[in-house]
Amino acid sequence: MGRNRAEVTIQTARDAGLVGCTRCGKVWPQQTHECGRCGATLKRVDNAGLQAVWAWWLAGLIFYIPANLYPMLRTSTLAGSQQNTIIGGVVELVTHHSYFVAAVVFVASVVIPVSKFIAIAYLALAVGNERRAGSHRHLHLFEVVEFIGRWSMVDVFVVAILSALVQLGAVVSIHPGPAAAAFALSVALTMLSAQSFDPRLIWRGPARTTGS
Amino acid sequence: MHETPIDQLIACPKCDALHQARHLGENERAACARCGTLLITPRARSFLHVIALSFTAMILMIAAIFFPFLKISAQGFSHASSVFEVAMAFSDGLLAPLSLVVLMLIVGLPVVRFGALIYTLWPLANARPAWPHARRVFRLAEELEPWAMAEIFIIGTAVALVKIGGLASVSLGPAFWAFCALIIVNALKNAFLSQWTIWDAIGQK
Ligand SMILES: [Zn+2]
Ligand SMILES: [Zn+2]
Repeated sequence: MGRNRAEVTIQTARDAGLVGCTRCGKVWPQQTHECGRCGATLKRVDNAGLQAVWAWWLAGLIFYIPANLYPMLRTSTLAGSQQNTIIGGVVELVTHHSYFVAAVVFVASVVIPVSKFIAIAYLALAVGNERRAGSHRHLHLFEVVEFIGRWSMVDVFVVAILSALVQLGAVVSIHPGPAAAAFALSVALTMLSAQSFDPRLIWRGPARTTGS
Repeated sequence: MHETPIDQLIACPKCDALHQARHLGENERAACARCGTLLITPRARSFLHVIALSFTAMILMIAAIFFPFLKISAQGFSHASSVFEVAMAFSDGLLAPLSLVVLMLIVGLPVVRFGALIYTLWPLANARPAWPHARRVFRLAEELEPWAMAEIFIIGTAVALVKIGGLASVSLGPAFWAFCALIIVNALKNAFLSQWTIWDAIGQK
């Protein structure tokens, strides 16, 4: 990316009456259903897939709500027991001056999931309305969403490690809260939503590209 | 491009642009002319590299499961846990299914991927025809990629260590280092993986 691109007209598989395999790149006649090389189902470039994107997106959003309302961790110490939600955990880290870890948890559990919901919705709504020059930006956004989405799972692993390790009888013990499951589910569902989005939709319309 | 035979065409999976596939030199790569997505990354002798790295990763994973992972101690109390016990942290009550999910994400799926790659590439590296169902097995390996989260788990461990920092002292067990090595081996393996070349090799009867 970022290389000079001459202003050329690029033919797509769809323009040529063909369908390309999104798994392995092989090209087949339009009415073929299954890729003869890798066996993947061939998907035509149309809006039908957007329904799946929205369905997974909504499910992910619904589970993101209890993920924030219920406690992620329950800590019992000699002084008593305490429950922490995602935000509560971040606030506690800040009060202990662990700013870096607070930032990591905040980014992984709040910034990434929320921007993912916004980014996927934006991409799905923008299909068919992109200015051609903007397509590169849209693809780039999609690649970021696809790459970064799975990293939100980090908070679930943190809860698992803390709960398994911090078992020091009466001194201190940590137990997982119900938000961990809701959060894991929300991350998985949004990953499915992003995977259902067909980036080829970004490029429909006059297939031209300008030097960038 | 109409005149090009259909089996010599390659469509960009990200933008549908058609390109003509041709055999590339050892260090050449082909990127999409429109969106820049990497289409072909051939690498000489890459099959053997991927097999060797997958075997290594598999052995490291076995070490990572059975050796102690982390040990915590504070005020005379101490507690050690393995990677397996970390996954089982969710095992009581309603969260039980999450235990299975965590175990799959950090151990199960990575192992399935390593196994699938070895199964696909072993005959190909020995210049034999692919084993039965190689297409389905390699496709599975490809589809599982985003769900194998060993490297995210290690970042999670780092965050957890800092969180515990004030409460108690933690010592790192052999499994921790095995897991770190596994991440590096896995990254190397992914760098050697050339999907287009593998699909071509599977297709040759
Ligand atoms: Zn295919
Ligand atoms: Zn492209």
